[in-house]
Amino acid sequence: MAKKRVVSTTINGNQTEFLCEPRQTLLEVLRDTLNLTGAKEGCSNGNCGACTVLVDGRPVDSCLVLAVEIEGADLETIEGVACSEALHPVQQCYLENAALQCGICTPGFIMSTKALLDENSSPSEDDIRFYLAGNLCRCTGYDKIVRAVQDSAELMASNGIDGVQIDR
Amino acid sequence: MRDFEYEAPTALADAVELLAGANGSAKLLAGGTDLIDHVRTGRLEPDLLIDIKKLAELNVLEASDSGLRLGAAVPCYQIYGNEQITSNYSALADSCQIIGGVQIQSRASVGGNLCNSGPAADSTPSLIALGAVCVIAGPNGTREVAAEDFCTAPRQNVLEAGELLVELKFPAPGGKSGSHYRRFIPRNEMDIAVVGVGAAVTLDDSGENFVSARIALGAVGPTPIFAQAAGDALAGQPANDDSIAAAAAAAREVATPIDDMRGTVEFRNHATAVLTERVLKTAIARARGEADGYTIGH
Repeated sequence: MAKKRVVSTTINGNQTEFLCEPRQTLLEVLRDTLNLTGAKEGCSNGNCGACTVLVDGRPVDSCLVLAVEIEGADLETIEGVACSEALHPVQQCYLENAALQCGICTPGFIMSTKALLDENSSPSEDDIRFYLAGNLCRCTGYDKIVRAVQDSAELMASNGIDGVQIDR
Repeated sequence: MRDFEYEAPTALADAVELLAGANGSAKLLAGGTDLIDHVRTGRLEPDLLIDIKKLAELNVLEASDSGLRLGAAVPCYQIYGNEQITSNYSALADSCQIIGGVQIQSRASVGGNLCNSGPAADSTPSLIALGAVCVIAGPNGTREVAAEDFCTAPRQNVLEAGELLVELKFPAPGGKSGSHYRRFIPRNEMDIAVVGVGAAVTLDDSGENFVSARIALGAVGPTPIFAQAAGDALAGQPANDDSIAAAAAAAREVATPIDDMRGTVEFRNHATAVLTERVLKTAIARARGEADGYTIGH
């Protein structure tokens, strides 16, 4: 068996080291080694986007990345999106628009949405549908998701990205 | 997934040595969007993956007066994010914007798309239309192969044991030039081309006549097809509906599609002509600096 490698990376702002075999995907290591189970395994072949995470700010399917490849990279997963006090505006808008039902695709959609809004703070409906084409949802329907993204863009334009205080 | 070793050399000579020394049991890893899936499902059984993303030569992205140099491992998003490519090598940017979704585009490279040598590869017709030359390194030094000669059969190409694609070199487009790639798919995005057409044209100073044109077809033969006669016949012709229709008919002549789940022979032949007309019109509009009317996914 190939020797395990030590990989050093930053995950959600925390310097992290882990051991992995070359054959392990980033998704596998996130879920099974690091206990970050927010990224979901859907198709495992790059079609569904349920495992989307950001590597150096770019959305990738973590099922199609080897964990050894992310040595030195800056990684962002759904676990790092909310702060302890508040949801991220994107999360809040997905909630308010009921843009989720079973929720399996939601972490991936939120990571892609975040990447979209980082690149383009006021996307058109076409821009949104095109950018999110690599994320599949089987139950909610895309209209609610598109509305959530549009609302997120508006909210972030007025509030910034500091999050939304929620009444608990 | 199958057990394999992983190496990420930082010198091209080391990569060549590793590849040549593995006697066919190594695979090159760029974006991995095809490779990792193939290994996971057992369609490929490598003992070693050689990550080529740390090789400077494969990350070159340089547009100058003498043309464009594109490293084989440069991912799609960097290509369509480069203003010189979107304006002077538009067909290439068009291809990169419709390969997979953004997650795939963050990783997938045009070099990988070419080396997988699928008949429906979205970037290969653009490479052929834009006159790209493939720079290949191997144990016996480097050699160059025209993009249209690279693929030899479905999933087969000219790479010999121990050879790897280093970069693609494009000539600088002269005068009034424009290019475009589009495909037919039954969805708006995230699908494999039923037919794809790339074209690059150069017009004279008046913008009314063709100086030259290159047309390439995807998904209508065992390899991407260079429709050389269709493009050559446009040289010196006025850029109008008649000449465009003649080129479309000539492109259709060299298509040799098969029936499969994505389309019939009859449909693919028809769509080859229709897309060739549309692609030429967009390329001409771009050469003239007019609005091209192209929206991705429509």
